[in-house]
Amino acid sequence: MRTVLSVLGRRLASRWWVIGVPYAWLLFFFLVPFLIVIKISLSGVAIAIPPYVPTIDLAQGWASIRDAISQFSFDNYVWLTEGWASIRDAISQFSFDNYVWLTEDDLYWKSYLSSVIIAGVSTIITLAIGYPLAYGMARAKPEWRPTLVMLVILPFWTSFLIRVYAWIGILKNEGLLNQLLLWLGVINEPLIILNTNWAVYIGIVYSYLPFMVLPLYATLEKLDLSLLEAAEDLGCPPWKAFWKITLPLSLPGVLAGCFLVFIPAVGEFVIPDILGGSDTLMIGKTLWVEFFRNRDWPVSSAVAVILLLILVIPIVLFQNQQQKMQERDK
Amino acid sequence: MDWRIGPVEYPGPNVSPGRNEPLRWLITFSSHFDRGGDLAKKPIGPIRRTFAPWEDPEKRPFIEFRNVTKRFGSFTAVDNLSQTIYEREFFALLGGSGCGKTTLMRMLAGFEQPTEGEIFLDGQNLAGVPPYRRPVNMMFQSYALFPHMSVEANIAFGLKQDGFPKADIADRVKEMLRLVKLEPFGKRKPHQLSGGQRQRVALARSLAKRPKVLLLDEPLAALDKKLREETQFELMDLQMDLGMTFLIVTHDQEEAMTVADRIAVMDAGRIIQVATPSEIYESPNSRYVADFIGDINLIESKVVAKNGETTRLRATELDIEFDVAQTTDADIGDAVAFGIRPEKITVTMDKPDADFSVHAEIWDIGYLGDVSTLHCRTEDGHNLRAGIANVTRLVERPLTWDDKIWMTWRKDAGVILRH
Repeated sequence: MRTVLSVLGRRLASRWWVIGVPYAWLLFFFLVPFLIVIKISLSGVAIAIPPYVPTIDLAQGWASIRDAISQFSFDNYVWLTEGWASIRDAISQFSFDNYVWLTEDDLYWKSYLSSVIIAGVSTIITLAIGYPLAYGMARAKPEWRPTLVMLVILPFWTSFLIRVYAWIGILKNEGLLNQLLLWLGVINEPLIILNTNWAVYIGIVYSYLPFMVLPLYATLEKLDLSLLEAAEDLGCPPWKAFWKITLPLSLPGVLAGCFLVFIPAVGEFVIPDILGGSDTLMIGKTLWVEFFRNRDWPVSSAVAVILLLILVIPIVLFQNQQQKMQERDK
Repeated sequence: MDWRIGPVEYPGPNVSPGRNEPLRWLITFSSHFDRGGDLAKKPIGPIRRTFAPWEDPEKRPFIEFRNVTKRFGSFTAVDNLSQTIYEREFFALLGGSGCGKTTLMRMLAGFEQPTEGEIFLDGQNLAGVPPYRRPVNMMFQSYALFPHMSVEANIAFGLKQDGFPKADIADRVKEMLRLVKLEPFGKRKPHQLSGGQRQRVALARSLAKRPKVLLLDEPLAALDKKLREETQFELMDLQMDLGMTFLIVTHDQEEAMTVADRIAVMDAGRIIQVATPSEIYESPNSRYVADFIGDINLIESKVVAKNGETTRLRATELDIEFDVAQTTDADIGDAVAFGIRPEKITVTMDKPDADFSVHAEIWDIGYLGDVSTLHCRTEDGHNLRAGIANVTRLVERPLTWDDKIWMTWRKDAGVILRH
């Protein structure tokens, strides 16, 4: 009996190790930094190093935390019954000054909105390009498929930053694209693409295409071709069978691909910074400017926290969908 | 008298009963067919069929494969094959894997195009007709149920494609669900059903459009034995009730023999023999068919004499000469095989009063409950298998390992196989 218990105990212990290591990793490298960001976002700005005054001073121990918590009174919920002004009043009372600032300057909500729109449009374009690509790969001869997957992954062998820089050479006025179009006689004068939102779209679609193609390929490759034969056998022409069978059955891949593109694209900084123009508004860029140019750590932290809250919805949806897919595969 | 259970005696300190009388179970068993008479005029097999349109030269074939060849690269899957199938027939394509049976069916469904030759259905040449316009439906081996649709939507799928009115579709779906006894499961998704239920949904879906021909690609392969046997009879009843033409592809000979009116045995892209199940079993036309269907002893022989309706053979490896009630176009001196099914060999413990007999020793016994197979070894080391039907529970003189026995057979018990 004792040996059984000890074996069981050892097994439980080893199982805890297996789960414990990644959780500890997440705790230290994700949760702790995130809590620091939240703490900074609740602080006041100061000309100092680091440039903020903490409202919660952990050095004072329990008392400061109690102080902070005492400020979180139920008055918070007053805004549920009163208007916008009282919300702002209420929020301002609880030293969420940095968040209030985000509502006062329309730069922030415009950045958020513009980011979501640019990411959304890019996701749709990526899907439109990625789906036929993945479909072609899944229908290619089996001996070709590993090569095709390799080609999709190949760009990752070069630094993302360098690949985005390379696009400058393609998109600029005297770049490869304009030279080609001029030579072909399609246009008479160079198109201005670089430093516009067009370049940002091109950059995002290019960079995130593998993230769309790979999950799509995975679902399309698994698709049982006898289903299409069955549909055809029952009187459904092939083009119609695509809409009735292939597309609905590849939806998990479509959703996974869209989330994998949309979520990082919303917070994208490098592409709008390098390829976009001065009027390209994306929250990643705004955050960078707040952080490095204005040295306003508290406000930029607040920007990051709100960005996360915006992305929580699609992330949770993504998790849900992944879980459902796993359950169905069982 | 000392009676024991079953025909097989397991080695032990048993007292052997008297050896000078024939086995009682053999007397009862063999007296059914030991009456002599005019052998050649008896019909083949115990089943009499009234449905035999293939014997009526006036009858127009419903499906016709005309010199059909299908090549995949250098591999010839179907080799210049011609075959007719009649309306309301239950036709089985039987053969091992890679024999071309599935390819032949898929050409009828339209998923493969013949490299050469033509296929006609009800007088219409099917060349160039895409699968979705052919009046045939197929039940797939994998069932190919649409996983994102309910059982009802699966069954309604084909009807919707044909633009049936909504009310008619609903009625037909209900009818099909009743037919396959799945009424309570209409709203379920395929993954919520058992294997047997999925098989029924697939069947209902392929029947819903009332196709002219139903193609069944190994329809019962995924079911367990009991369920498979039940479903075979259901399929037969269904085919009778609906009056439809069924074409089944299978590698399971029992399945083909149970359900089909005629069986085509295929090998290497060709049909070797087409006949009713009992003809296939009792008069195979070649060693291949004889060996493929059921169990058979092939005794290498030489033709020594031909006397009218009977042929005299001499076994080249056994020291016997015997008459066979069959004419053959082989010449005297030609090498042929004599095929005899184990259950048609009479086994006795004492030398029988017959023209010839083979002395052998029981080497192994396969007891299957309903029948037992005796693996016997002759004095010169050749193997012969004999089957005995276990028709009684208690047996007077059970056989056991190492028993010396005598084997013989009637002259109409086996067939001469030239090829």
